[in-house]
Amino acid sequence: MFQVRIHGRGGQGVVTAAELLSIAAFREGRHAQAFPSFGSERTGAPVVAYCRIDDREIRLREPILQPDALIIQDPTLLHQVDVFGGLAPNGYILINTTRTFEALGLGEFMRGFHAEHLCTVNATGLALKHVGRPVPNAALLGGFAAVTGRISLASVVAAIRDKFRGQIAEANVAAASEAFEFVTRETRARSHAETD
Amino acid sequence: MLKQIEGSRAVAAAVALCRPEVICAYPISPQTHIVEALGEAVKAGGLPHCEFINVESEFAAMSVAIGASAAGARAYTATASQGLLFMAEAVYNASGLGLPIVMTVANRAIGAPINIWNDHTDAMSQRDCGWIQLFAETNQEALDLHIQAFRLGEELSLPVMVCMDGFILTHAYERVDLPTQAQVDAWLPPFEPRQVLDPAEPVSIGAMVGPEAFMEVRYLAHAKQMRALELIPGWAEEFRRAFGRDTGGLTHTYRTEDAEVIVVALGSVLGTIKDTVDAMREGGTKIGVLGITCFRPWPSAAVRAALAGARRVVVLEKSLAVGLGGIVSSSVRISYPGSPAAVHTVIAGLGGRAITREALARVFAEAFAGTLPPLTFLDLDRALVERALAREREQRRSGPIAENILRDLGTVASRAG
Repeated sequence: MFQVRIHGRGGQGVVTAAELLSIAAFREGRHAQAFPSFGSERTGAPVVAYCRIDDREIRLREPILQPDALIIQDPTLLHQVDVFGGLAPNGYILINTTRTFEALGLGEFMRGFHAEHLCTVNATGLALKHVGRPVPNAALLGGFAAVTGRISLASVVAAIRDKFRGQIAEANVAAASEAFEFVTRETRARSHAETD
Repeated sequence: MLKQIEGSRAVAAAVALCRPEVICAYPISPQTHIVEALGEAVKAGGLPHCEFINVESEFAAMSVAIGASAAGARAYTATASQGLLFMAEAVYNASGLGLPIVMTVANRAIGAPINIWNDHTDAMSQRDCGWIQLFAETNQEALDLHIQAFRLGEELSLPVMVCMDGFILTHAYERVDLPTQAQVDAWLPPFEPRQVLDPAEPVSIGAMVGPEAFMEVRYLAHAKQMRALELIPGWAEEFRRAFGRDTGGLTHTYRTEDAEVIVVALGSVLGTIKDTVDAMREGGTKIGVLGITCFRPWPSAAVRAALAGARRVVVLEKSLAVGLGGIVSSSVRISYPGSPAAVHTVIAGLGGRAITREALARVFAEAFAGTLPPLTFLDLDRALVERALAREREQRRSGPIAENILRDLGTVASRAG
C-alpha cells in the first residue's frame, strides 16, 4: 500500500487533489481510497486529505498516520502543523514554493531523507500562468507523478479530464504537465549531483 | 461498471436506478451530496417519472415521503444527525403506518456539543422506531443496500433506513461497481402497495386506535420485523446470484472459525478491524470479526451462532447509551450463549474521533489477557476529563463544559483525527 497525505488550506483544492489522485490510480487498474480530514472546510483553514493506493481492496479507514509521500500545498503550514509527522526516511516530499528547502529552513531536516525523493515546485505560479487562479493542486499532482514515479502523467491528465471539463480541464492539464517536466528535470539534476 | 466515485454519488446513482417517484429532502451534512446529486439528475431529465421536492425541514421531508408513499409512489429521502431527530415523530408514523419509504442516514453525532463528524448516535436514537436498519461497511455495500432496501421494504410494507458512516463513506472516493438499469429492473419489481390512497377506491390511512387494538397493531409490526429476519438471508442470496456480490444479509463473519475472541461492530470501522485482526492472526492470535449488517430487526439467532465458540466478545460501538454503556452490546449480551460478563463494550469514534489499528490492537490484546474492563472508552483523554472534574469540585460556577475543555486543549477550532 502507498499512502499519500496532502496538506493545504481551504480553497486550494486539497480534497480535490486526493480525489484526482485516486481516479488516476483507478485508471491504472489499482484500488484507491481518497478522503478528506472532514469538517474544516473554511477558506484558509488548514485542511488535510488522504489517498491510499494498493493492488487489493483497501479496508483501512484510519487517517494516514505514516505516509509514504507528502504533498504540501502551502508552505506557511510548515510552521503551524506537524506536516512531516509519521513520514518514513525513504518517504517523498513535494512542496509548493518558490524557495528551496534550505531557504525554507528545512535544509538540515531534509538530510534525513533521500535527496531524489524531495522536490519543491512553484505550483501556484504554474496555476496562475495556466489556470489564472492560485489553485496549485493539479500542478502538484504532475510534480507528484514525476518525483514518485508511482503514477503516470497520462493517468493524472486523464483524471483531470474525468473530473473537469473543457477549458478548465485543459488549463489544469497544462499546469500538471509543466510541473511534471520541471520536477523531472530537477530530480534528474539532483541525482546527477549526488553521483558526481 | 466499475467507477471511482464519491460514496454519496454512488448512493445517488443506486437510488436513481431504483426509479424513485418522489425524492424529498432537506440538506444537512454529511448527507447533502447524495440529495444534491439526485436533484441534479432529476433536473437534467435523468429521472423523468420522479419529482424532486425541496422541503422546509426534515419534519417536512418525512411528512412528504409519507404522503407520497401513501399515494403509491416509491419515495426516498436522506438525512443525518439533528435532522433525523427533528423528523422523529414522522419517522415513527412512517413505520406505524407501514409505508415502505427508503431513507439514507449519513451517520453523524448528535449535539450538544454541536459536532458534524461521524458516529452512530443518530441511527441508534431511532433503533426502536419500527424501521428496518441496515448498516453499510463500504460504499459498494451502501450502493447495494439501497437497491435491496426498496425491494425489502416494499415486500414487507416497512420503511428501511440505510445507514452509512458520514464523511468516512459519504465523502470517500473508492471503487464501486455500478449495476446497469436492466440488472436493477430485473431485480426490483415495480412498487405494488398493500394500501394506497386511490380516488377510485377510497380508503383512509391513519385511524386512531384505542386500547382495544393498539397492542395488536404494535404486535403485528413486531411480527413483520421477525418475518424480515427470515426473508433477508434469502434476498441477500438472490442478490448475490443476480449481481455477483455478497452484500446485505443479516450478519457477516470474518475469520471466526476457531476464534477465541470475536469483535462485533457495525459500519465502515469493520474494515479497520479486519486489518487489525489480520495482523494479530499473523502473530498466532485467534481472533475474528462479526459484522452486523441488519441491526433492526436484531438477528439474534445469527449472532448466537456466530459467537457460539468465542471465549470473549468485544463489541465496538460508535454510540453511547449515557448512563448504561453500549447499545449494541446490550443486544449482543442477550444473544451470546456464554456468560454476559464475557461481553465487553468498547465505545469508540464518538464525534469523529479516529479509530486506529494501534488502539484496536491494544484493546483486543487486553481482551485476550482478561484485563479489558466491562466498559472502555477507546483513546479517552483521562487527563482532560480529570481537569474538568476537578474544576467542578472546586468551583460552583465552573462554567460550560465544552468551552472549558476546548480552552484546556488550547484549540480554537475542532480538529478531527
